[in-house]
Amino acid sequence: MMIEAKGLTRRFGDFAAVDGITFSVGEGEVFGFLGANGAGKTTAMRMLIGLLAPTSGEATVAGFDVYRQQDGIKRSIGYMSQRFSLYDDLTVRENIRLYGGIYGLTDAQIRDRTAALLARLELEHAAGERVQRLPLGWKQKLAFAVALLHEPAIVFLDEPTGGVDPVTRRQFWEMIYEAAHRGTTVLVTTHYMDEAEYCDRVSIMVAGRIAALGTPAELKARFHAASMDEVFVRLARPSDSADPDASADTSTDASGGTSTGASADASINTSADPSTDAPGSASTGTATASGDDDAGAGDGG
Amino acid sequence: MSTPAVQVTTLEKAFGPVQALRGISFDVEPGELFGFIGPDGAGKSTLFRILTTLLVPTAGEARVLGLDPVKELWKLRTRVGYMPGRFSLYPDLTVRENLTFFAQVFGTTIREQYELIRPIYSQIEPFAERRAGALSGGMKQKLALCCALVHRPDILFLDEPTTGVDAVSRREFWDLLGVLRQGGLTIVVSTPYMDEADRCDRVALIQTGRLLRVAAPAAVGAAYEGPLFRVRGADRFRLIQALRAYPNARFVFPFGDSLHYTDARTGADAAAIRADVGRYLSAEGFGEVAMEPIDAGIEDAFMALMGAPEAIATVEARR
Repeated sequence: MMIEAKGLTRRFGDFAAVDGITFSVGEGEVFGFLGANGAGKTTAMRMLIGLLAPTSGEATVAGFDVYRQQDGIKRSIGYMSQRFSLYDDLTVRENIRLYGGIYGLTDAQIRDRTAALLARLELEHAAGERVQRLPLGWKQKLAFAVALLHEPAIVFLDEPTGGVDPVTRRQFWEMIYEAAHRGTTVLVTTHYMDEAEYCDRVSIMVAGRIAALGTPAELKARFHAASMDEVFVRLARPSDSADPDASADTSTDASGGTSTGASADASINTSADPSTDAPGSASTGTATASGDDDAGAGDGG
Repeated sequence: MSTPAVQVTTLEKAFGPVQALRGISFDVEPGELFGFIGPDGAGKSTLFRILTTLLVPTAGEARVLGLDPVKELWKLRTRVGYMPGRFSLYPDLTVRENLTFFAQVFGTTIREQYELIRPIYSQIEPFAERRAGALSGGMKQKLALCCALVHRPDILFLDEPTTGVDAVSRREFWDLLGVLRQGGLTIVVSTPYMDEADRCDRVALIQTGRLLRVAAPAAVGAAYEGPLFRVRGADRFRLIQALRAYPNARFVFPFGDSLHYTDARTGADAAAIRADVGRYLSAEGFGEVAMEPIDAGIEDAFMALMGAPEAIATVEARR
């Protein structure tokens, strides 16, 4: 297993942002990590990438322990988010060089992989452009390729397609599939529910816990839903309808048997507490709304 | 028809060499819920800033409520509500303090406007004493909407209010916009989420500073040049590659758990196309593949209009 979490928990004072999550992700798997704003996804991801120490529970990522081997984790993973990925003031080539250097690639490796990467993305003509000048869709594809530059075992993608046009969004997913096909494990968050359908398996977090976990087909069958969007809506607002099989179900997840207890707890109180993502967002400095849609245009206001 | 709430004629905006708006024209009728649908960088925020008097256009004309946003900005400012794309409230002030501040700037009070904002404010009122910075994404957006509304504007501009907000909160937010629309308010809203288009009376599809189309959501799909099919089968990604290699394929895109396949033989009989594609796929070794003709949605139309052939060429070259 490339990711293995057992009862992983993070508290901020009295508040359990992540409340005992158990799941595992296999090699080459595309794992969708879903949940409403404030459900605890960001906090969970920060523990898994070695940026935040858990309060309790266990987890290994690429075989490294999240308490004691955070450096090992950082060397084994790639990470990209919509909010931070590349340096706008550096050129495409400079960004690739910078990240290659950070990850300890040799000059020869950086040279070869830069050429390959630019060719694959058909970005040779833009190698000397500052990243700021690229359309968002290209930026995101470049950021993903850069996150894979050191050939990590696992790549974490935090809302990689937010605000991206529908064609580029689909091209991005083809890149995800290529990476998975080569054996890279992918953990991805998204607010586009059609993208949840593209994942091998999906977990949905509600109020710090994993409320459902399985393949998209399994989840749709379990919730008698036509789409993942419906599944998501039912889970995230349990007043509408709870997991019909919740109490009986700890075994139908295809997660290799480690998901008991994590799979389904439909009686979770989501109570519309608005503060639930505060710890995560405060510490990462994220803003809710998107950035500016006029790249490089100055704000003029 | 009464005077349009918004009237825009060949509007342009350049930032140095960057053409953010390339001569766009449209009208918004009073009471309309009008949506701009397009990805980041399309020019949506630039347009909204011009219409809310925050930015001066390079060329072209704009009227909002019959007023010129450049020459009559002071008159206009009291009558528009604007919710910017970036969370722009005071994170260190509480929910109530933020709202009070915006009310006072416009010479009113929360109490006076309570009925107007009640449908939204009631949802965040339990957290009135919480700092705005400590709210979740969906709640922040509701507070920002209250603040944009508290001076009783005649028109609301909401720039990507649902970006980065989860699917459930997005639905709730659109329900609230529906309530405001019922009350007769004119609302201009932008979004990168194609599935939100159906909530609008009319939509403008926008891409790289140009309007691709302005129409009712249903009409956008109806104008799609088919024939379009939904295709379902095992091994979806191999299926995509196979369909793209099929000589009559025009567009092949993954759509949730299925594929959307557009055939290049416009006007041909759907049953004949289906039989032909079926023969091809079974020759390629695919077993059970379900294929049914469907009506196009906004996202199909958008991708066709934005010049998808180029994009497909890019993907194929990488294969």
